[in-house]
Amino acid sequence: MATIDTPPKTIPARTSARTPDRARRPRAGRRGSRLWVKIVVALLLVVEVYPLIWMFLTSLKSNDDYLNNSTWSLPTSWEWGNYGEAWNTGHIGLYVQNSLLAVVPALALMLLLGTAAGFALQIMVWKGRSLTLLVFLAGMMIPPQMILLPLFTVYFQTGLSGTLWPLILTYTGTGLPLTVFMMATYYRTVPRELFEAATVDGAGILRAFWTISVPLVRNALLTVGLVQFFFIWNDLLIALTFTNDQDLRTIQVGLLNFTGDFGATQYGPLFAAICINVFGTLLIYLFLNQKVMKGLTSGAVKG
Amino acid sequence: MHRVLGDRRAIALLLGPALLVYSLIMLVPMVWSLGYSFTKGNTIDGFTGNGVANFSRLFDDPAVRDALWFTLKYAVIVTAGQVVAGYLLALLYVFFLRRASALIRTLVFFPVVLPTVAVGLLFQKFFQVAPQTGPVNSLLNAVGIDSIDFFGSSGSAFWVLVAMDIWRSMGFYAVLLFAGLVDIPDEVLESARLDGATGLRLVRHIVVPLSLPVLMSSLIFSINGTLKAFDSIVALTNGGPGNGTTPLTLYMFQTSFTYSDYGYGSTIALLLTVVSLLVSLVVYRVSRRDLTEG
Repeated sequence: MATIDTPPKTIPARTSARTPDRARRPRAGRRGSRLWVKIVVALLLVVEVYPLIWMFLTSLKSNDDYLNNSTWSLPTSWEWGNYGEAWNTGHIGLYVQNSLLAVVPALALMLLLGTAAGFALQIMVWKGRSLTLLVFLAGMMIPPQMILLPLFTVYFQTGLSGTLWPLILTYTGTGLPLTVFMMATYYRTVPRELFEAATVDGAGILRAFWTISVPLVRNALLTVGLVQFFFIWNDLLIALTFTNDQDLRTIQVGLLNFTGDFGATQYGPLFAAICINVFGTLLIYLFLNQKVMKGLTSGAVKG
Repeated sequence: MHRVLGDRRAIALLLGPALLVYSLIMLVPMVWSLGYSFTKGNTIDGFTGNGVANFSRLFDDPAVRDALWFTLKYAVIVTAGQVVAGYLLALLYVFFLRRASALIRTLVFFPVVLPTVAVGLLFQKFFQVAPQTGPVNSLLNAVGIDSIDFFGSSGSAFWVLVAMDIWRSMGFYAVLLFAGLVDIPDEVLESARLDGATGLRLVRHIVVPLSLPVLMSSLIFSINGTLKAFDSIVALTNGGPGNGTTPLTLYMFQTSFTYSDYGYGSTIALLLTVVSLLVSLVVYRVSRRDLTEG
């Protein structure tokens, strides 16, 4: 590096002068940044998890305990009975049952119809299929408010209002755009030749759809099903509109009205009811979190 | 072979049911709702036509103006918050936690799947001042600040709402943006580092431009969602105090079901639809232009 003043050599000289410097700096920097990373992660944990812990602890407090002791304190006596009270007296059990009765058939219908449509739109060959897919996609932009009132009128006039059918039908219809879109995307990875070969072997195309394609997209079905489950299970707007009868309330509507039903003074059971909701959902998520995350992000078109 | 995959009867059988249900539940009601906006009345009392009265009322209604303003303000602020918080988290995952980020990602994603009603009630109690001082006010008291009645004024209620929605969804945007950041080739980052770009400069000149597509889709997704926000607001403030936190979605719901005015409700729903379409279109156009320029 004697000729450091000549232009061609300045560049290597500069970099070689920098290399030891750079090698040292990141290490020092990393040590410094490790501390702030730890602080940020710790803060995140507190912000994400503490509200849930607080809610759980509060669900075990008696009313006196809740009102008179510090909000930070542990329950003075652990009132597990709050859960029984929420479940029975607060009708949470009934609401969960209603939710299941609406969500399970809607999910099954939506997945069945959506998969068939996705197959017809992606694997089958015909004119106008991209336009049809676009028509389905447009559904994701429609605010649900736009379809509520006509549907309400129809359900009222056909006498479906006193049943859970309005929920099942509406969930199926509003869930179809995303389901069709996602299933069509998954079918894109399945080669058409597979079905041509199957029909050469004597299977009709419908049979090929059912016995060959459905098992092939089984994983996708689980993912889409999970995403839609969370959407429907957590829905408030549609359930609030179509369930006037108290006996038909889903878990979200029930929870929203819980304070009203119970009088505003039963804090333990209220928190127990929120906990049942939150930890029930969390349990499903924890078992399948990779699938849920992937599904939600690949289905991120829905709003 | 195309005869098999082009079998019209099979196509009709596979596509027909879905198309039928979708049309009956979404397309027909949409057009129908458009028709309602020229009427007065409701399902029980019957409908009568009243021309464009709903539309002129829409333009004169101060409540609509407030709701529209609230909807836009809420959408812009929450979208900015969600995407920025999500992006910072994604950067944290990719550049600082690396392999160890799986657990944190799972934890921060928690609130995304939780029912909004439950989260709303939880935040209500978390920020409350009476009958029990909630954890947030207790914390304020501990550092010598008087308790704040968060739900007593629409200003502070709005910020609790914003905080709640960012808490609820930042994990989702973090994972979405994380997927975009992971796609950036290591060689690009490495050569940028060799050229002397570190820290913020690396992020601003290399990472942000390269993750622009996924940033834009997050923006569109978030705006689309926040314009339609309903559950979280109903559960947290129910539009109050007064109608200080009432978005178009809730105003439409109240008009239709509290005041049984389906015609005007449909007109508000139409306004919401138009706003959603316009905003998405603008964001889409702007993002397309940015992408082709970058």
